[in-house]
Amino acid sequence: MLFRPNPSLGVPIYLQLMEQVKHAIETGALQPGDQLPGIRPLAEELVINPNTVAKAYRELEHEGVVELRHGAGAFVAGNARARKVADSLRAGQATVAAAIARLRARGLTDDEIRRLFEAELEGRRNTGGRNG
Amino acid sequence: MADPLVIETSDLRKRYGAAEALRGLALAVPKGSIFGFLGRNGAGKTTTIKILLGMAHASGGDARVFGLPAGSPAAGVEIRRRTGFAGEEKDLYDYMTVAEIVRFTAAFYPRWRRDLEQRYRRAFDLPADRKVKALSRGMRTKLALLLALSRGAELLVLDEPTSGLDPAASEEVLQALVSHVGSEEMTVFFSSHQIADVEQIADRIAIVDRGRTVVAGSLDDMRASYRRIQFVFAGDAPEMTFRAPGVVRTHRQGRVWSVLASGGADAIVEEARALHPVSVDVMPVALKDIFLETVAAED
Repeated sequence: MLFRPNPSLGVPIYLQLMEQVKHAIETGALQPGDQLPGIRPLAEELVINPNTVAKAYRELEHEGVVELRHGAGAFVAGNARARKVADSLRAGQATVAAAIARLRARGLTDDEIRRLFEAELEGRRNTGGRNG
Repeated sequence: MADPLVIETSDLRKRYGAAEALRGLALAVPKGSIFGFLGRNGAGKTTTIKILLGMAHASGGDARVFGLPAGSPAAGVEIRRRTGFAGEEKDLYDYMTVAEIVRFTAAFYPRWRRDLEQRYRRAFDLPADRKVKALSRGMRTKLALLLALSRGAELLVLDEPTSGLDPAASEEVLQALVSHVGSEEMTVFFSSHQIADVEQIADRIAIVDRGRTVVAGSLDDMRASYRRIQFVFAGDAPEMTFRAPGVVRTHRQGRVWSVLASGGADAIVEEARALHPVSVDVMPVALKDIFLETVAAED
């Protein structure tokens, strides 16, 4: 089974489903043009609310990851993979910005933060531990 | 999302002698939703359902189903005609066989859906010739559900549908509900104290405690907005009252201060920074935690 959202996770189920669809595209499990399961069969298989599946598909269409063809169902969009990379970059930028804000709040200078990032990328662990 | 409301109550009250079962209950169930009505035993769930179906009278406030006043006898007939109901006791005629009770029930409902009856007989694997009294608890529940689902009703009201069922039977019941809502224009309102079932299939919920609604809304919105924030301080956690909205509960224990927020976690974190916590963690919250934190402990 490609998708397996966890209702107890505290993350909206439609967002989990969207992430899992995107992940399946990233790994190549789903290819451009592939058809996604219908809303009702997927809701039945995962035993989740059909409204939730419908919402995930709508949002994925909005992001250009899938195409909803009237009456035929949902298909992986042709340029889904490129979009996924752009999305990942945007999300990564937000993560980095948040990390930097946190490190600054702890009183580190920009130079020190830059050295931490570089050290981490180089794979060196001479920064006094990761829990600091 | 201006979906019309199938069930609406405001300030609903019910007194049994000196005991107050409902103390101003508010509900808004939009059309097409699977609505989970969560609460501890004795919180007022069954009383609410009885009032909605005209089987009990409210002591005050307003209850409407399909826009009709649930307290009026004429409207009650109309409401029950358009609603499928399975109670917690799954009252069924014990002396009939499965086939007999299905035929007997179908005769009462002009809009009986033979196709759905067939579908659920197959899905639930119910033995046609077995007497109702010889059915297991799980089969009894499935039979009650089949009878409620096949009526061609617009609204399905279920009181604790999965109570007492093993996990496999529970899953079958939930699957039938999900599948039914997917294929029919239908609203499901079910009471439960099984949090896992509710968070699996419901898109909207209300948590009721001591006859009052304490939390209500879209479950995915709640997943997105509720957070547990944990502050760790160098010394004992300081006393503080937040000005930021959204704080539901706070716990202080030694150096750790934990806040449950219904939203606005960023503003709360920002406000607490003034106290210089040494670490801040913001975590998602499961429905179980929201339930436990908003429902009063037994007294």
